[in-house]
Amino acid sequence: MNSLIHARGLVKRFDGFTAVDGIDVDVRPGEAFGFLGPNGAGKSSTMRMIGCVSPPSDGVLRILGMDPRRDGPAIRARLGVCPQLDNLDPELTVRENLTTYARFFGIPRKVARARATELLDFVQLGERAGSRVDPLSGGMKRRLTIARALINEPDLVLLDEPTTGLDPQARHLVWERLFRLKQQGVTLVLTTHYMDEAEQLCDRLVVMDGGRIVAEGSPRELIAAHSTREVVELRFPTEDQGAYADELKGIGERIEVLPDRILLYVADGDDALAEVHRRSLTPVGSLARRSSLEDVFLRLTGRTLVD
Amino acid sequence: MLTVMLPRLAGLSGAGRRSAAVAGRNVSALKPAYWLVMLGGLLDPVFYLFSIGIGVGSLVGEIPLPGGQTIGYAEFVAPAMLAASAMSGAIVETTFNFFGKMKFMRLYEGMLATPVRPIEIALGELGWAMLRGSLYSAVFLAIMVAMDLTSPLRALAAFPATVLVGFAFGALGMAIATLIRSWQDFDMIGAGQFALFLFSGTFVPATTYPAALRWLVEITPLYRAVDLIRGISLGTVGPVQLLDVLYLLALTAGGLAVAGRRMERLLCR
Repeated sequence: MNSLIHARGLVKRFDGFTAVDGIDVDVRPGEAFGFLGPNGAGKSSTMRMIGCVSPPSDGVLRILGMDPRRDGPAIRARLGVCPQLDNLDPELTVRENLTTYARFFGIPRKVARARATELLDFVQLGERAGSRVDPLSGGMKRRLTIARALINEPDLVLLDEPTTGLDPQARHLVWERLFRLKQQGVTLVLTTHYMDEAEQLCDRLVVMDGGRIVAEGSPRELIAAHSTREVVELRFPTEDQGAYADELKGIGERIEVLPDRILLYVADGDDALAEVHRRSLTPVGSLARRSSLEDVFLRLTGRTLVD
Repeated sequence: MLTVMLPRLAGLSGAGRRSAAVAGRNVSALKPAYWLVMLGGLLDPVFYLFSIGIGVGSLVGEIPLPGGQTIGYAEFVAPAMLAASAMSGAIVETTFNFFGKMKFMRLYEGMLATPVRPIEIALGELGWAMLRGSLYSAVFLAIMVAMDLTSPLRALAAFPATVLVGFAFGALGMAIATLIRSWQDFDMIGAGQFALFLFSGTFVPATTYPAALRWLVEITPLYRAVDLIRGISLGTVGPVQLLDVLYLLALTAGGLAVAGRRMERLLCR
């Protein structure tokens, strides 16, 4: 068993409410592993248990081969954690945020200074080293938090919603840095409710819903198993999109009616669109695209990821 | 034996090192504005000493001690101001600042993602509060010696007692901080602290209160702190002071235990 994370029947309960309801997970060294799911799916609770700051209510959990209940400090010494909400120290400078944090791991000052310089360059904040944290943009803060998570050269990096709340440009910069880490062989575990993030970064992921794992695999495997190759999105000029469902019957494998559009799951999008027009249906908007994890999630849970 | 003890000792030294790192964070965060706040805390007891100890004292005259001797009013009030300043230094740091760091800056969440444990945060913050409180005490003791309100030797002996007082109130403050919900609750702490300051045998000997009230006064922590430090500074140490020390030690241990447990409950859900 050389899994960095090994969970069997893992449960987290809060005063009668079950946030994580018996999940099995194995994360292998060097892979980028994702927990995909909507808000409230139990992703953050799972991450907090893996980060050894929240004791499991039931089940087996081994992190780096150790038991979080007993070896919390020893495990945390080898983890890097980037929480969902930035908790940088507003009373310290950018550089001090790294060097002070290093002291909590018992890293000697001199080593801490050298690593801080190196990491600030890595997250492209070298020029802001002497600045306070407050004036930094959201993207910069997130990158600093990622640098802080790397100060102890962790075996395992946990990222809880690493790009939530960032603008597209800042997101891409974070992704690019994370991709670099992945290439360096760092094991990444992240949660996200963005399917594009999961597709970009994760070698393997589990889809969570209501505290349970509903599917597992690589993004490509999941799409192959739970969706068609392509999807056609149609918008009709009416309050009730469902009114058109009957007329679309027989096109593709499956029809999904959403409040604002209809999705047709098909092998070939262009062929399907041609068939729609042949039946003299005139949607005000139409789009043929590749299937994504969003479609997988919709198929598995009957709901969309981002409300 | 050695192989059994070593890992445990290593664990213990790790805890000490991590607590020191928590205190060290506050050293890094020192700013000019903070020094100004500290100066305020330092001047407070000095103003009281001059206005009441010396000003009002000139109207009061001599105070009789239980042993039969009499002392000047300033001599009587000064050790109480010292105890009160050790208290307020520790309480400000452990309630106001501790609460802000926990609830608003979310600092401790970041720390707890490292090997640092809740009790080590509590110890580190308390150690830091002690540094601040001890600085107040040392300066105030120097003033007392300069004004001939105590002897240099007694001042030296009183210093560790002020550290103990600081630990006790720091631990108490930290325990309270973990129970506080909002900034409004701090008004209550302020009120409680001021009541302690006025009625803990600080300005008037507790013997002047009616029996029932006196009993109430004598079980308050500041009364025990004043009693200990006054005993040392006036050179009238007796068995009662041993009781004071035990009381303050128990308060320290109790406060830390509550704070550690509450932090674990709040932050490690």
